Amino acid sequence: MKTIEEIKAAIDAAIPDAGVVIVPNPSPSGQHSLRLDPAHVLQVARFLRSDAELAFDFLSNVTGVDWPDKEVAEKVKVTRPVTKLVDGVEQTAEETVEETRKHLQPGCLEVVYHLFSMEKKHGPLVVRMRTVNRTDQVDLPSLTPIWRSAEFQEREIFDLYGVVFTGHPDLRRILMWEGFKDHPMRRDYVEPDDFEYEPTPHDAVLARTQAHQAAQLAATAGEKGTGAAQ
Amino acid sequence: MTKFGSLIGLSRKKKQAGWNRPPVVEETNEGELLEVSMGPQHPSTHGVFRMDLALDGERVIRLKPEFGYLHRNHEKLGEDQSYLANMPYTDRLDYLCPLTNNWAYALAVEKLTGQAVPERAEYLRVILAELTRFQNHAGSIGFLMQDMGCSGTPLMYAFREREKILDLFEELTGARMMCNYMRFGGCRVDASQAWLDATRKVVAGLPKFVDEFEALLRSNEILMARTQGVGILKPDLAVNAGITGPLLRASGVNYDIRKVDHYGIYDRFSFRVPLGDHGDVYDRFMIRMLEMRESVRILEQALKDIPGGPVMDPKAKNRGLRPKPGEAYGRIESPKGELGFYLISDGGPNPYRYRVRPPSLINLTVLEDMALGQNVADVVLILGSVDIVLGEVDR
Repeated sequence: MKTIEEIKAAIDAAIPDAGVVIVPNPSPSGQHSLRLDPAHVLQVARFLRSDAELAFDFLSNVTGVDWPDKEVAEKVKVTRPVTKLVDGVEQTAEETVEETRKHLQPGCLEVVYHLFSMEKKHGPLVVRMRTVNRTDQVDLPSLTPIWRSAEFQEREIFDLYGVVFTGHPDLRRILMWEGFKDHPMRRDYVEPDDFEYEPTPHDAVLARTQAHQAAQLAATAGEKGTGAAQ
Repeated sequence: MTKFGSLIGLSRKKKQAGWNRPPVVEETNEGELLEVSMGPQHPSTHGVFRMDLALDGERVIRLKPEFGYLHRNHEKLGEDQSYLANMPYTDRLDYLCPLTNNWAYALAVEKLTGQAVPERAEYLRVILAELTRFQNHAGSIGFLMQDMGCSGTPLMYAFREREKILDLFEELTGARMMCNYMRFGGCRVDASQAWLDATRKVVAGLPKFVDEFEALLRSNEILMARTQGVGILKPDLAVNAGITGPLLRASGVNYDIRKVDHYGIYDRFSFRVPLGDHGDVYDRFMIRMLEMRESVRILEQALKDIPGGPVMDPKAKNRGLRPKPGEAYGRIESPKGELGFYLISDGGPNPYRYRVRPPSLINLTVLEDMALGQNVADVVLILGSVDIVLGEVDR
């Protein structure tokens, strides 16, 4: 198989503004990957599948990865004017202080594809794509029209991570039930309290169940507008 | 999972079919469509699996598989515990083939850390994987016959042989089904000479069983009438839909990961990859029969050549393993297809991402394509020939 650099060069030659970036993998597995630009991913995918030398006709594995927002602390040297009282007279002097500045590195959802070639018997080529953020811009183009094997796996990523695949023929939850609200594979997912327990005489469980039911009753009463008659 | 009927309903809206999408089956318009929810308690669904079918008379017009009844979010569990603690959990994926699951996971971690495996452990892995493949194929043929209404006999023949193999597993690993045997950089315990002798004895009896099993079934008139030309899968669709394992090879695509990747020491053995011609249910049945013979060939060679030595790399680290940051995808040819594990390490004691590539789930992608236009009774056979285990489909 061609090296990852050669594959990148081949993609760049075929699709000039593809925006492919090599993501090195420091592990001994040596499976480096290509990060694709979602705007051109369909063109790139068609090229990877149909190119005579690459011929990646088999999309084996599709999976999601959650990269939550990360707070990064940096030490920065700042020079600022400080007013001091020197001998009873206010004087302004420059002073250099070291400050710890925290900023939020925005997170994203990533989708990873492992491509192989059944014709040429090579692989894997790892390609990945990122969403803009984790909240409202979570859509990526679906590769199901090109490789059908992505159909159930993209549904699974939609279900468990919340990536919305545009162009997917049948995007529904696959493992969780319809009406389930959250995305369980996200790193910040919090399990609900175990409100499905039968009320028992044990203190902690009983208190929790009652609190939960009270909240639920209040919510339904608010919706129906009948007041807390029950 | 969706509510029954919300999907296929009885709407007459035509769906657009792409080149790799299921074909649109025309209704005869002679009567009402009948909606059937097959499963999750149906005995032929091999567990808690459901299909929503729309039937025109007996013909299947639409089919939607529904999963999730056995979902326990295996991958989330994997991210919450250490690399070693995941090993026994992999047994519970495809619970008929625990040892191949162990191997696939061990292989992925070994790729991630760059660990080597001693010779003897490689041989033991091959022996155990081929025994697993044998008992899985025998069992899956038995279940296929059971689904066809051939009640008892073939399944019991298969289980008689499976029992002998499970006894070997129990003697070596301590468990019949939840083996938890392989480790990163080797195997947990060494096999004794007595165990190897017992295995040689069992393997020597396997060809006779395959002959008997094949003679019993191969030219059975009912089997041929029910399975030939049923549930045909075209090779180009099979490749595009990521189908692997016997299902792919029955469609005539020569792709066996043992031959392609040469993982472990598979390049040292001489064996053939059986291929089908028509891609129907009969071919899949026959492919499994032939693969059992090839497994016996590999077993004979491996049992002859197995060297002495340690079964664990002395430098291997299992407990408290913290791989360097990076990622790895390791895959093997499990009895059901390509079983892969994708791991991302952030340098911590737990995997940052732990993904199982389940062959059973992905092989179900084409269930609708194979079943459309067939009779509803044949759907049972088509599903049986895919050979799924719900522990792996739903994870």
